[in-house]
Amino acid sequence: MNAEALRAFWDEFSESRISVAALAVVLAIVAAAVCAPLITPQDPYDLGNLSLSDARRPPGFVGSKGYAHVLGTDAQGRDLYSAILYGLRISLQMGLVAGAIALSIGGTLGIVAAYFGGRIETLIMRIVDLQLSFPAILLALVLAALLGQGKTQLVSALVAAQYAYFARTAFGAASAERRKDYVEAAAATPLSGSRIVFRHLLPNSLPPLIVVATVQVANAISLEATLSFLGLGLPPTEPSLGMLIANGFQYMMSGRYWISVYPGIALIILIVAINLVGDQIRDQLNPRLRR
Amino acid sequence: MLGFIIQRVLQAMLVMAVMSALVFIGVYAVGNPIDVLISPDATQDIRTETIARYGLDRPLYEQYFTFVGNILSGDMGRSFVFGMPVLQLIMQRLPATLELTLVAVIGATLAGVPLGIYAGYRPQSPISKTIMAVSILGFSVPTFWIGLILILFFAVHLGWLPAGSRGATRSFLGVEWSVLTLDGWKHLVLPATNLALFKLAMMIRLSRAGTREIMLTDTIKFARAAGLSEWTILRQHVLKLISIPIVTVFGLEFGSTLAFAVVTETIFSWPGVGKLIIDSIAQLDRPVMVAYLILIAFLFVTINLTVDLVYALLDPRLRRGRAA
Repeated sequence: MNAEALRAFWDEFSESRISVAALAVVLAIVAAAVCAPLITPQDPYDLGNLSLSDARRPPGFVGSKGYAHVLGTDAQGRDLYSAILYGLRISLQMGLVAGAIALSIGGTLGIVAAYFGGRIETLIMRIVDLQLSFPAILLALVLAALLGQGKTQLVSALVAAQYAYFARTAFGAASAERRKDYVEAAAATPLSGSRIVFRHLLPNSLPPLIVVATVQVANAISLEATLSFLGLGLPPTEPSLGMLIANGFQYMMSGRYWISVYPGIALIILIVAINLVGDQIRDQLNPRLRR
Repeated sequence: MLGFIIQRVLQAMLVMAVMSALVFIGVYAVGNPIDVLISPDATQDIRTETIARYGLDRPLYEQYFTFVGNILSGDMGRSFVFGMPVLQLIMQRLPATLELTLVAVIGATLAGVPLGIYAGYRPQSPISKTIMAVSILGFSVPTFWIGLILILFFAVHLGWLPAGSRGATRSFLGVEWSVLTLDGWKHLVLPATNLALFKLAMMIRLSRAGTREIMLTDTIKFARAAGLSEWTILRQHVLKLISIPIVTVFGLEFGSTLAFAVVTETIFSWPGVGKLIIDSIAQLDRPVMVAYLILIAFLFVTINLTVDLVYALLDPRLRRGRAA
């Protein structure tokens, strides 16, 4: 895609106000998560920093350190505003890393299947289709349970649950391209196979893969939160958003709603905003909806 | 056709064999159940004896073959934690999950189809736009979060409904059911709503898409020209035509709703199989984990097989060209 095409793409994107707003929200959240140490009053992972006398205080409470906890504090006395931004950091990190790995593995498998065809295609796509017939959440749940707690294990579980979507998409786009005359012609010349893959199949598979990637990053974040909520995600020392919500759950019955509710709102804003951006990109890349 | 059926059944059996091996090896890799089974101050003799009794001292492949043999004869082992046969344990918990899932899926269909038809019939009206916005939320907001909000609002804030557990049940055909008592319904409403929201969003989208397509066809033009009322058209033609994909999805989604129930059951402490599996994972209760996973795999393989066969029955084109 050259600069002109990108510009046209952006012009069309910016016609939808909701999408632009959603994109702004996503960028703002990413920026806030990246700059978290600079814009929060507390490092929520430094246990020496926490004081139990500040625990479970309502929003606006001025704690022992002398500043107001705008969103209240959790059961360990963490400032929730700080904990949410640090949690967003982890959630985004997990979602992006898992999404990127799933994209590379799934994309490669799909394009390889489309390029070679025959037995290799049957083998790869049968496995992919089989996996797609099981709900992703169940796969992730089982894998997270089997692999145990930790970032690497969690990312592996997310990747295993999601690569198949990328493989299907890449295969669909690449095999349609593979059958076109110009690719057949290129394959008949002594040009190397990698040239066909990198010059023709890959660039043509990228747009649909990008669409799937946006949605899958949002799904990965949501899955990660669900797993952490069920106690199968990350270790509790560095709470992600799901873990914060889970920790606050037991205090909700006694009316201390803020421990669960605010991290949840942050999570939902992030997921919905990513989905809205993804929807718009999908509509713009969908030839059937072209004006 | 017979060849196709045999091919498909063999394929399903191969998948089950692979799944059972994966599950067995995977579960074997998690933690050491001996630490859970035997108290740390037990003598060495008791340790060895217990390990031998559960067959944990034998090589992995031998344990696997014993395990497969036992499953085929209907014995899925004993739970380490509950000390009872796993199959019995799961069967005891299954009605609660089935009941929750059924109420959720049926509720989602009964509410989702009319809403979807309306949204497809009047796509530009503000009500339709609201319906679609809500369905987008239903798709993207994580289930566990909606569950928390339901509890917070209806149980904590308003105090109308209980926040968890199953409530009173009544026995029917030897099984305890919540739907037969008022208290049971009170306990059922929140978790069922929670579980239904995702399906509701899906039913709305399906019926809306179907209705929009059908409303543009000649069938509807002629029905209108024949003087049928709009209500009759919706009921006689639209509903009839969109019900085919809806029934398919209903069947397919039933399995995945069972899987999703894990999350809902955990939040609402609903005593079903989903809660059982999460507890078993936490307590390293291997036989329960293995049995649950195998049953779920079996369920999905069976559903997929049935769908494949039914489609082949309906569409002869699918029967050919599959051998490749």
